[in-house]
Amino acid sequence: MRSVVLTVNGTRHELELEPRELLVYVLRERLGLTGTVVGCDTSSCGACTVLVDGESVKSCTMLGVQADGRGLTTIEGLAQNGELHPVQQAFHDHHALQCGYCTPGMVLAAVSLIESGAATDEKAIREGLEGNLCRCTGYHNIVQAVSAAAGAS
Amino acid sequence: MAVTETRETFVGASVKRREDASFLTGRGTYVDNLTLPGMVYMAIVRCPYPHARIVSMNLDAVRAAEGVVAAFSGSDLAEDWKGSLPCAWAVTEDIKMPPHFPLAVEEARYQGDGVAVVIAESRARAKDAAELVEVEYEALDATADVERALEDGAPLVHADLGTNECYVWKLETDDVQAAIDAADVVVTRRYVQPRLIPNAIEPRGVLAQVGPTGEATIWSATQVPHILRFALQIVLGIPEAKIRVIAPDVGGGFGSKLDVYAEEALVIALAKRLGRPVKWTEERSENYVATIHGRDTVHELTFAATKDGKIMCVKSEAVCAMGAYLQLVTPGIPLLGAWIYAGPYDIPNYSVTFTGVFTHTTPTDAYRGAGRPEATYVLERTMDALAAELGMDPIELRRRNFMTEFPAQLASGLTIDSGDYHASLDKLLELLDLDSIRSEQAARREGGDTKLLGVGLSTYNEMCGLAPSRILGAIRYAVGGWDSATIRVQPLGSVQVVTGTSPHGQGHETSWSQIVGDQLGVALADIEVLHGDTAVSQLGMDTYGSRSLAVGGVALVHASAKIVDKARQIVSHQLEVSADDLEFADGTFRVKGSPEREMTIQAAAFQAHSAHNLPDGMEPGLEATATYDPPNFSWPGGAHAAVVEVDTETGDTRLVRYVAVDDVGAPVNPMIVEGQVHGGITQGIAAALWEEALYDDDANLLTTTMTTYLVPSAAELPSFETDLTESKSPTNPLGVKGVGETGTIAAAPAVINAVVDALSHLGVTDMQMPATPERVWRAIQEVKA
Repeated sequence: MRSVVLTVNGTRHELELEPRELLVYVLRERLGLTGTVVGCDTSSCGACTVLVDGESVKSCTMLGVQADGRGLTTIEGLAQNGELHPVQQAFHDHHALQCGYCTPGMVLAAVSLIESGAATDEKAIREGLEGNLCRCTGYHNIVQAVSAAAGAS
Repeated sequence: MAVTETRETFVGASVKRREDASFLTGRGTYVDNLTLPGMVYMAIVRCPYPHARIVSMNLDAVRAAEGVVAAFSGSDLAEDWKGSLPCAWAVTEDIKMPPHFPLAVEEARYQGDGVAVVIAESRARAKDAAELVEVEYEALDATADVERALEDGAPLVHADLGTNECYVWKLETDDVQAAIDAADVVVTRRYVQPRLIPNAIEPRGVLAQVGPTGEATIWSATQVPHILRFALQIVLGIPEAKIRVIAPDVGGGFGSKLDVYAEEALVIALAKRLGRPVKWTEERSENYVATIHGRDTVHELTFAATKDGKIMCVKSEAVCAMGAYLQLVTPGIPLLGAWIYAGPYDIPNYSVTFTGVFTHTTPTDAYRGAGRPEATYVLERTMDALAAELGMDPIELRRRNFMTEFPAQLASGLTIDSGDYHASLDKLLELLDLDSIRSEQAARREGGDTKLLGVGLSTYNEMCGLAPSRILGAIRYAVGGWDSATIRVQPLGSVQVVTGTSPHGQGHETSWSQIVGDQLGVALADIEVLHGDTAVSQLGMDTYGSRSLAVGGVALVHASAKIVDKARQIVSHQLEVSADDLEFADGTFRVKGSPEREMTIQAAAFQAHSAHNLPDGMEPGLEATATYDPPNFSWPGGAHAAVVEVDTETGDTRLVRYVAVDDVGAPVNPMIVEGQVHGGITQGIAAALWEEALYDDDANLLTTTMTTYLVPSAAELPSFETDLTESKSPTNPLGVKGVGETGTIAAAPAVINAVVDALSHLGVTDMQMPATPERVWRAIQEVKA
């Protein structure tokens, strides 16, 4: 076991972790942050995407111990004071989600893409979201939502 | 308020979804998010061979491993099963239906067949310990090829049956051969439609607990909580009345969660044995073997036509993979397409034959469209082939054969409710601007461009809204096709709506509130929609086959009418006027001629509950249930077009544009309808261009993860151009049809027709799905040679 300190959505957590524990399971099973979900076992689908020091990371590709000392944002920490983040609001406004399972990862990937300045046009948004799979929407409305949020921010 | 003031209806408006709030903030209740005190985790040991005899199994090491609670082989649990995992669709009298128990005992019949379970204190311990199970297998011959499995000497999936043929089902009109013999032109084509993996982004998961008196509660990522409940009685012998099935938030289904799975029975059996809640969560690579696949058929389709393009006969013969066992509706999947091999065309002679075949593979079952994409694919591909044979524009050929009078009696026996196929095609062509595509195509060809353009069409119809119970009975489906709604107006006026449908992304809470909001004249905010828990929604037939709106949605209208009727009696009594003298609009009863004398339906609900002053003999409360059995299927249709760009040097094929015009009857929520269309066409496009589950010659699955089975991302797709035409269904008061599967049904042939069109001047006349770069490149090389 190893002692680590994770700051998740602004809250500091001191944890004793097995070195093999994936970050996604630390979030889900140790911290009860089940908004971050698992959709595959090959880092293909992006459902587990979170922000680590502001950058999007597939939390199944990172060990919990690797996040020692880092600041994380999960979907639970994105809305502020009961106000949806502009990307969350855009997903609602543009019907960019159906079953909702890929949504937390897709939203956080989009937040990171927009903040990096790369969401410049439709092609860039589509390529920027390549690592996040959605089976319901065909991406059309996701791209619309991200375009709108990128324009607004 | 002036009596004449009316508000707009909710139905028809793109109301934003009430479901979104929890999903957007990470508060979904997917099964794997749930925990119970004392919960343990199940892992399944799966056979690594496509076909093997289980010679021996040693569980000593696993039982001694750290954190392990128990481990069981298939034979250890054999006494727990009171019946086989059920197949509800014995499509013929002499169908072969081999038993299928949750774990294999003596013989495993496909790679991934479960042979043992391990239960441990944590997910990781269960998975570690599963590695310690020692199984001695004797590998046996196997085949995953649906045609090879029918050959003499093929390895048998169920040796005691003496054959891999599961059934032969036929639907034929009288004069098929005569029509073929008399035709000016006969076109016969063979089509291979690959096996597809549904890939709901949430893998399956189940959690069960069993109480001290045997009452069982199961949370399952299922589309069918009601069907699952009675199936679990069959398998486990627990009376349905003691089983509660909860489908919490479910992360997509596409048919793959329309089933009754081994793991659902296992977690209950183990929870009962261990006295602790048991959870199992599927991993993605496990999903690729343990959750049903779709398609996997080989068709031969024949058209017989006059020389001016009137199609006189369609004849289809298909072999259809069942996989190693029959799941809930495996044998019936082809039948769901059996009546649409003539599509939107008036074809007087009709013959459809399906041969169901066992192979050493994961069972097939419903995948979005279920039988109808298969039928539409071979039909729409052959329309283009016939057009080429006749030297006729494929659009003109379609127009010459469209049905135009509705209701339309089909040669195959059913009746189409309504449609206007020319209208959809007209609108499609307006959006498409075919002339400029054709001139760009010609310019590139003439200029020797290595990136060629192609455009392909698909004009389709389908039958959904499953289904009239009598027809289901006539085609030997075991259960009914009705659905139910209960509406309860609470004392202070809020409204509970309980539906028998079980959404997993379709937005029923929003759409159903729109329907009830109109019917009762109450605000959307006053309506709560409950579903997915058999203790709350006791009557229902669940969500699949684009049935929810056309059946469950219509049940809401009938339940609402009962509520209004009872409220009218109460208001009539209290205002001392005849019920006939009351008008009901916008949630308020008003006396005709004296509109100032009024009472809202919500005020009537308070009176119904206080019961101080009700008509003699009236029961207190304001609640009504309606079950609705549709008189017919509903028949959406439309016209789709794909524009592709094919690189002749690499075979790489890109979708440039996709235009869809669908007629799904009256849209309740156009925003949600459009979203369904987007998702549906994406799955059809994916089948045409990328997705294919591959087995090797020995029936080992080769596409075992998302890295080798190519679910498309945003980067592979364009934005879509969609629109609607509207032929209301005359069979229900909402005029609705269904939209969940239309896109998937229509899209694949449009895309492949476009690929063939791009290369047609080179002499390419066919392309197998998916049109991978290798297949496209080889096709080009073949015609060059």
